[in-house]
Amino acid sequence: MVHDLRDTVKRYYEKDLRLDGRKGLTTYRDVSVQYGVSKNAEGSARVRIGETVVLAGVKMAVDTPYPDTPDKGNLMVNAELTPLSSPEFEAGPPSDWAIEIARVVDRALREGEALNLKELVIEPGEKVWTVIIDIVPVNDAGNLLDAASLAALAALSDARFPALKDGRIDYHEKTDTRLPLQAKPLLVTVYKTGDFLILDPDYEEEKAMEGRLSVGLLEDGTLCALQKGWAAAFTPEEVLKAVGLARTAADHLRQFITR
Amino acid sequence: MVYEKRFDGRGFDEPRVMIARAGVIPRADGSGYFKIGNTEAYAAVYGPRSLYPQFMRDPTKGVLRCRYNMMPFAGAGERVRPGTSRRSKEISFVTENALLPALDLSAFPNAVVDVFIELPQTDAGTRAAGITAAAIALADAGLPMRGLVSAIAVGRVGDKIVVDLTKEEEDYDGEGGVADIPIAMLPDEGVVTLLQMDGFLKPEELEEALEKARKVLLQIEALQKEALKEKYARVDLSQLSIDELEG
Repeated sequence: MVHDLRDTVKRYYEKDLRLDGRKGLTTYRDVSVQYGVSKNAEGSARVRIGETVVLAGVKMAVDTPYPDTPDKGNLMVNAELTPLSSPEFEAGPPSDWAIEIARVVDRALREGEALNLKELVIEPGEKVWTVIIDIVPVNDAGNLLDAASLAALAALSDARFPALKDGRIDYHEKTDTRLPLQAKPLLVTVYKTGDFLILDPDYEEEKAMEGRLSVGLLEDGTLCALQKGWAAAFTPEEVLKAVGLARTAADHLRQFITR
Repeated sequence: MVYEKRFDGRGFDEPRVMIARAGVIPRADGSGYFKIGNTEAYAAVYGPRSLYPQFMRDPTKGVLRCRYNMMPFAGAGERVRPGTSRRSKEISFVTENALLPALDLSAFPNAVVDVFIELPQTDAGTRAAGITAAAIALADAGLPMRGLVSAIAVGRVGDKIVVDLTKEEEDYDGEGGVADIPIAMLPDEGVVTLLQMDGFLKPEELEEALEKARKVLLQIEALQKEALKEKYARVDLSQLSIDELEG
């Protein structure tokens, strides 16, 4: 079955076509980002890439800092692969895939220094803000990683501090102060089957893919995260080609971060 | 003291603005969406499909399995920790019981119909919104049903019986306090399939609440039907382009 599908997609790719009728192996499906979609969250966004829909929400808490970083706030990224969004997801503890999505999105945001964590300190060594980003797909129609990364960054850029009264959060009152966002790192995943490198597969195409490489990129093209996934190997030339493709795509996706 | 005017200015019998949609989750066998004010629910149906573990199977009919879940950022206040809680478990099984009277699963022995409800945003009335979205999803999945199930929270705030309480009303601390009554019905037949209450209530107030609920549930049912009709009127253009390519 998979082999039939691989043969089919390759015949399409030779003609520069995609299963869903798109032209071009690096063409994304239509992208849209809606902000402020969940009123109780400190920040939120709904990302659509074709039929893939991912929500992300930011909640804030006040905690003690980690002992090794008393002068920094905390960032946490979590992905909930709800059984609502795909027949392949099950309820229960996070799957390997959920953990990988959360960790790779976290890596791009953290290493790309999206947030200035030093500005999240309330009392040095005593009290800091914890920023928790939850990523929840509603429909997994392929390329969850890129949608998750875009949704997480969009939700962060939408977020505002809640009011702080006597050291405690008043969740009913949001301030006008946005989070200290200082960079806009985004992940782009390059998928591979045979000798073809493609972007943004839908879920049908995704089943035919043998390898993937997620590339975290800053606005100036600096790399901030990498993750190779699945079984296929990449040659060094393919890695570099993938990074080039990812750069163009990241610039495209970043246009939708409008806050 | 009397509750003169609702916090958001609505009439006592007036629900918040409602939106119903069908087929919003293409990966699912059926799906529904219901928004009432700032409470928003997605529901997806998967199945009938094989039920594991096998000992849970019923050789005479299909099993309905519901899972209610708030997204971690959806609640007022602190982040909701992912995973089930005592609250979400209870809501999940009362949701099953609210939907079952409408469903005929006798054609699907040993199978399960899974209903997953997710709330991205909440402002009270979440189990009702979940049930309403789930009924759309079950109908969208093409399962045999006696009718749609519609749900709403009614209640007493101070001295008034009101329809569709907000979180602010649930937290009302004036004289008389609050009674919160989530109700689901098959509105066509007027039979009650979910009924819960917390707070104090006189029997005649319950009668008034049930009457008011029925009226709103007929409105909600009309929206659910409209959503289903609207979905099947849509032409699937993406499907056309695939056929053209392969032809």
